Amino acid sequence: METNRRDFLKIGGVCALGLGSLPVLNAVAQNVPKIMDNPQALTAKRWAMAIDVKKCWEKGKPGCKDCILACHTTHNVPDIGTLKEEIKWIWTEKYENVFPGFESGNEPHDIREKPFLVLCNHCANAPCTRVCPTKATFKRADGITMMDFHRCIGCRYCMAGCPYGARSFNFRDPRNYIKTELNPTFPTRERGVVEKCNFCEERLAAGKIPACVEACAAKALTFGDLEDPSSEVRKALGAQYSIRRKPELGTLPGVYYII
Amino acid sequence: MLERALTGNTRYYKLLGTLLVFMGLGAVAWLTQLDRGLTITGLSRDVSWGLYIAQFTYLVGVAASAVMVVLPYYLHDVKAFGKITILGEFLAIAAVTMCLLFIVVDLGKPMRLLNVLLYPTPNSILFWDMIVLNGYLLLNLFIGWNVLEAERKGTHYPNWVKPLIYISIPWAVSIHTVTAFLYAGLPSRHLWLTAILAARFLASAFCSGPALLIILAYLVKKYSKFDPGKEAIDKLTTIMTYALVISIFFVGLEAFTAYYSGIPSHQFSLTYLFFGLEGHRGLVPFMWLFAALATAATVLLLKPGTRANEKHLLIACGCVFFSMWLEKGIGLVVGGFIPNGLEQVREYAPSIPEMMIVLGVWATGFFVLTVLYKIAVSVKEEVQA
Amino acid sequence: MKIYDGKYILIGLLVFVGVITFPIWFNLGKAAPPPEPKLDTPVIMQMAQKQCVLPREEMRTGHMQILNDWRTQVVRNGKRMYVAADGKTYEMSLQNECMRCHSNKTQFCDQCHTYAGLKLDSTPYCWTCHVPPKETK
Repeated sequence: METNRRDFLKIGGVCALGLGSLPVLNAVAQNVPKIMDNPQALTAKRWAMAIDVKKCWEKGKPGCKDCILACHTTHNVPDIGTLKEEIKWIWTEKYENVFPGFESGNEPHDIREKPFLVLCNHCANAPCTRVCPTKATFKRADGITMMDFHRCIGCRYCMAGCPYGARSFNFRDPRNYIKTELNPTFPTRERGVVEKCNFCEERLAAGKIPACVEACAAKALTFGDLEDPSSEVRKALGAQYSIRRKPELGTLPGVYYII
Repeated sequence: MLERALTGNTRYYKLLGTLLVFMGLGAVAWLTQLDRGLTITGLSRDVSWGLYIAQFTYLVGVAASAVMVVLPYYLHDVKAFGKITILGEFLAIAAVTMCLLFIVVDLGKPMRLLNVLLYPTPNSILFWDMIVLNGYLLLNLFIGWNVLEAERKGTHYPNWVKPLIYISIPWAVSIHTVTAFLYAGLPSRHLWLTAILAARFLASAFCSGPALLIILAYLVKKYSKFDPGKEAIDKLTTIMTYALVISIFFVGLEAFTAYYSGIPSHQFSLTYLFFGLEGHRGLVPFMWLFAALATAATVLLLKPGTRANEKHLLIACGCVFFSMWLEKGIGLVVGGFIPNGLEQVREYAPSIPEMMIVLGVWATGFFVLTVLYKIAVSVKEEVQA
Repeated sequence: MKIYDGKYILIGLLVFVGVITFPIWFNLGKAAPPPEPKLDTPVIMQMAQKQCVLPREEMRTGHMQILNDWRTQVVRNGKRMYVAADGKTYEMSLQNECMRCHSNKTQFCDQCHTYAGLKLDSTPYCWTCHVPPKETK
């Protein structure tokens, strides 16, 4: 058979088209495994939280620790029992420690003495992710400062970098110190890695709001997308004056305090 | 050349044996740490770096100080240093070895160490520190070995070594600069957040390193037929004196800025170190000991008579080395964490196993140093004879 | 031909060969029973079509790679859904998905891992963090 140039080009074109459409075919065909997002997942451009401290004190029962308990139960956070090796994702501190340098000594009694909730700020400009030598802690596109426990080498540089004391290190095997009921759907940690609040990313992926927000009967915690003007967190921030921890450092925390 | 490390008199073997005992004790302590975790140390969630990282920081300085003999010899043709450049380079090798070991023993998951290479992260200063330290180790190994080999054969070292020597000079500065950047770039650790930290590190390195080198040169002279030469020691002493005075000056600068500006957060760590904070005074004696030793060293070194008197010079060197160790190897690293990010004072004291590991690493470093110096000195003796 | 110090060299060689072959003759005649991973969990028994996310052969040889890929997708990329070739969707989770069917860690995972000489519960170190389902003996 004689092939002229015209035929050659025609055949070549058809062949190229066939090859090019292979990925399309693959995608349409159901015979190859695929990886996708969970359609039920809650998503945001930037997750953020607002803590209304007055609501927390006034509507919450005295000494309420519902949010802390909910978080620590959900994430199998151990109770080591010493200040030295303490592991905590969310806890309370006094005003002078949460906002050092802000205190005048003449604040209302409640401000000076009542507990302020503290947790990882999921900073937009997070020093911990900047210093981590293995990207074991990293920023997700939705603003969550994530920990990869499989990759952490335990150098604790992130702990030196974090200005908020949000990070805890597993000095010993935490398994034996989980005093809450073990949550079988969430892993524990291993000795030698750093851990902290993850904004309940595993719950967001399943379409649920963070455990602390859900657990708060006083509705003092608001969670939502900071970039979405109609989100609850934006409405709360738009309605009342709020502050963030150590704003002068430029870390741009995602946790706001409505005082 | 390596075989020269295997022959020696009883004193040599006794020294190696003693070091091996300490290395063994350190290894046992480290195995305990591997088994039980960093809980056996005095480290806490608030002071998350302690003696290990402090030793690392101090020894990076000792390693970098080799440049103080290499630079004058190769760039300014200061002939007196020709005999001791090898001592400086081999000291650098031993010091960097200790640095790397201190990083390893500090890790919570040492078996994952290579993640640093597997997932290179250029935005982390620790990544760069890993690169410059390993590079510096290799540079000194290649340079020291080849120059010594050439000396043994009575030839000139190969030409390709020359560029390495030139590179090693800024490289030495880089290792301590990058190590300072580990600290100086962290927000809200006010003791470290100072633009002169790298300069401070270099100044204290250039006095503590030469101090150790002078002591080592004295020991080499005493126990072998190789004499590093009085002129070299004199010149090193001058360098050390200047660096010491600049170091003390820099500490003064920090104090001025913190206290005259009146900004409390800039003062807390310094106050904790020198006067105690909220009743916690754990490091106060150490810091005043630093001040006393540094002052004593300055007075001794500025007195012209000291340099002529070997014994006085050695005492001065000891003061310099130990005072800088207190300032950098304890105060600076631990002090940076106190108070913590919530302005609470949580103190730190190393545990006994932790100190055993530290001693073990120092012993390992001195083992490496002894073997390397033995080789160097044997070659020098042969060439002399 | 004369071998200098022949006696010592020969003794040395014999000791060396002895040591190097130690595992062979130490285990001689003691063949470990082949592993029999069990698939008889309640969930699997109720399945009409007993099918994992990939064919059995691929799972057998590549489950560690799949788990590692899943881990990366979930932890680092936030992707949690796996659509198998037959269109069925799975949550990419060892603890919550794999173990939902294979709820018998000791009879399924440990069987082969022990046979392969891996240290129980520490290599691979899945179970130092991930919580296996409770098993009734």
